[in-house]
Amino acid sequence: MDTPAAQLRPSRPNVLGSASTFSAALPFLALLVVGVAFPLFGGGYWGVIATRACVYWVLVSGLNLVVGFAGQIAIGWVALLTLGAYTTSVLTAGTVTPALPPYLALAIAAAVGAIFGLIIGLPALRLRTFYFAITTLGFATIVTQVALAWQSVTGGGVGVAGPIFPEPFSSQWGFYYFCFGLAAICTWMTANVAASRFGRALTAIRDAEVAAEASGIAKPALLGAVFMFSGAVAAVAGGLFAALQSYITPDAFTLDLSILFFIAILIGGRGSILGPLLGTILLTVLPEFAAPLVAWSTFLYAVLLLVIVLAIPGGIAEILDFKNRRPIESDRAIIPRPDLIERLLGAPPDAGALTLEQVALSFGGVHAIDGLDLEIRPGQVHGLIGPNGSGKTTTLNVISGYYAQQYGAVRLNGAALPVFARHRRAHMRIARTFQTPRIVGSASVLQNVMIGGTIDGEGTFVESLLSLPRHRRDEVMLRDTAMLALAAVGLERLAAVRADRLQHSELRFTEIARALMLRPAFLLLDEPAAGLSAEEIGRLGALLLAIARAGTGVLLVEHHADLIFDICHHVTVLNLGRMLAAGTPAEIRSHREVVNAYLGG
Amino acid sequence: MVESIVSTGLAIGCIYALIGITYNVMFSASRVFSFTAGTLGMLGGVLGSLFIARMGMPAAVGFFLALAGGAVLGIVTEIVAVRPVLRSLDQHLYVLSTLALALIIQQFTAIEWSTEPQPFPRLFAIARGGFDQQFWLPMLACAAVIVGLELLYRHTLIGRAFLAIAEDTYAARALGLPERSLRMTSYALAGVIGALAGFAGGEMLLAFFANAPLLTFYGFVPVALGGMGNNRGAVVAGLLLGLFQQTANFLVGGIFASVAVFTVFIIVLLARPEGLAGAALQRRV
Repeated sequence: MDTPAAQLRPSRPNVLGSASTFSAALPFLALLVVGVAFPLFGGGYWGVIATRACVYWVLVSGLNLVVGFAGQIAIGWVALLTLGAYTTSVLTAGTVTPALPPYLALAIAAAVGAIFGLIIGLPALRLRTFYFAITTLGFATIVTQVALAWQSVTGGGVGVAGPIFPEPFSSQWGFYYFCFGLAAICTWMTANVAASRFGRALTAIRDAEVAAEASGIAKPALLGAVFMFSGAVAAVAGGLFAALQSYITPDAFTLDLSILFFIAILIGGRGSILGPLLGTILLTVLPEFAAPLVAWSTFLYAVLLLVIVLAIPGGIAEILDFKNRRPIESDRAIIPRPDLIERLLGAPPDAGALTLEQVALSFGGVHAIDGLDLEIRPGQVHGLIGPNGSGKTTTLNVISGYYAQQYGAVRLNGAALPVFARHRRAHMRIARTFQTPRIVGSASVLQNVMIGGTIDGEGTFVESLLSLPRHRRDEVMLRDTAMLALAAVGLERLAAVRADRLQHSELRFTEIARALMLRPAFLLLDEPAAGLSAEEIGRLGALLLAIARAGTGVLLVEHHADLIFDICHHVTVLNLGRMLAAGTPAEIRSHREVVNAYLGG
Repeated sequence: MVESIVSTGLAIGCIYALIGITYNVMFSASRVFSFTAGTLGMLGGVLGSLFIARMGMPAAVGFFLALAGGAVLGIVTEIVAVRPVLRSLDQHLYVLSTLALALIIQQFTAIEWSTEPQPFPRLFAIARGGFDQQFWLPMLACAAVIVGLELLYRHTLIGRAFLAIAEDTYAARALGLPERSLRMTSYALAGVIGALAGFAGGEMLLAFFANAPLLTFYGFVPVALGGMGNNRGAVVAGLLLGLFQQTANFLVGGIFASVAVFTVFIIVLLARPEGLAGAALQRRV
């Protein structure tokens, strides 16, 4: 028998080897070459168009993290373009302050943009989707109106001259290269974020918010950082836009422009960098080919948006995703490797016990849990069974902070767990899975599992932007651990496959792998055997026993009595929110009330 | 001065409240907010001006045709932008599809009608002055809609079916209610109300394509503050919004009044995301 590591190694190059990294980078390199060589074959007017595409992409690249990755419907991002354009222009014009050099003005605009990005974005933490969309729309309207009214600064309807960048960027092609360079840097930075734990966390917030919370992802801090970055680059784009226009009035910043940015991302596809980049180029260039249609351009964008939403929600990125159209083997079995669990989980964590004391919670008049005592010990599998509505999942939700108990306490090693602090649970090494698997369908299986290890990364958001060493170390560590976790649950051959192509049973094991990334002291499983074949249930049992042997306390909510009696050290039976019986599997099996009420034999 | 603030404020407030009710009627039938709410208001004004001023129809005919246009747009919204995405509500695609439809109509209006505000005809040949028709028409429309909806919901079978759908779609479907046609009827009704708002407020707002985004925003404020689906809340919040906006208009000037409205809107929403009169929803895990 090979060592586990030796067995894992051959599968890695196929999944993420240098060949696939290169082919992913190829379109970007091609665009880079075309961009650098553009002045050789482009005429004067096409230079303006190309520069405009670069300026738009600087904004769209940042907005892409907000819309495409975090899934926040920010429609009015033109507000930040306006803000950046006016800040840069007014500071360089010297009508209000002493005239500043354009680079300094651009840097100040970026700072202002970051602050306003945060202000516009933060309501997203509290508001539902449509509400947030409307507030950004309102903000865009307001900024334009202020620009009109604040004549002493902005020149009102008359406008203000844009900045002129000094040599070597003052000529048309000089300025083009300046914008192109910034666009390239933005592409690189956002691609870095996209491939980092932050990018994965954003997609988790978008598609599987409860899973993000259970993995310890702190939404406010992460979204805050993304909104600041997005605001800063949008304001920089504004400064460039003002220089390109050479004179700006509030009329230049219509909502149509905002819609263009937004639609470029959706045409490109959510969760992609290349797609929105192509979308931006397409939308900038398209009207030039159809001069009579210029007046209709926003109309056509809107039609395009409707078609995309209804027909191809995945956008260009999905059309270009050839890799995931290849068929995957149809008769594939999940063969977990319990022997890898010890290496994955490391030394048994010393966490004491997880206890519930007299916990009670009612919804309206219904007592969901009514004075429940429970003790989950490290290294043991604790079964929680009972008929539907007996409070099993509610118990799990109290432990993981989704519900606050009205009475009693949940303690970890004697210390009470704070109520409602969901994402803090991961830091206490309490992991969980869900009754319906919560997965990011458009991400690969490997990326989904890596989400589980988010809190173990050490690099900051800025380090990821710039791909500094700590970020790269985090990524290597997370990837290796995730591959090990996938091998342990028996899914490593599917690592590179889009998660939404998996079968239901495979999603269950993916969730377990993601939970194991936390090296949990306690693992809470909500009906992990539901929808599994008898054979798979047997393998699941062996896997869970191995996890318990490594020192983890397992709470198993389940309907499959066989699984419960096979692997549990201790079983609690619930009925109507109260404990009906507790003891070893043998005791429960012979408990008369339980047999009568529940086991039905 | 105070008189002018109050009459303008209440009239504008009634238009906002009507757009808010438009949002609510669509929301009750489908759990979806539609960006076309403000577009309907804009269209009411543009169609009124088109039929009466440009094509010279009698005011009453123009009125009914404008409302019919609103109803058609409501039904189109349901078929094109809402029904296809209802199955995946959690992906919030409706935000995008209704936005797209709203933009399509808005742009079409801008190109085919005019990019400049066009005058709206005076409906009654009464001399201007005092408490003018441009003020009392929106108020009358608002009152008529509130009374009409109240009668519909309380005293007709179809109105009760609407309520049932709004309360629990699955249960209503299980009872054998024709959910789809009720939803379409609701959208047609919402279209009529939205167009009525724009028609009644035509003289104040003019027939202008850019009214669409403004009404979409200001019409949503009463919904957000009054609690979603709550028509009474929308009327109260709409009237307050109108008065507040006009007062701020007078005190600090037109454009900073918008800033004031926006600031208050954001602060209230952040403090109470469920609205001043709403209750928090429990999230399902």
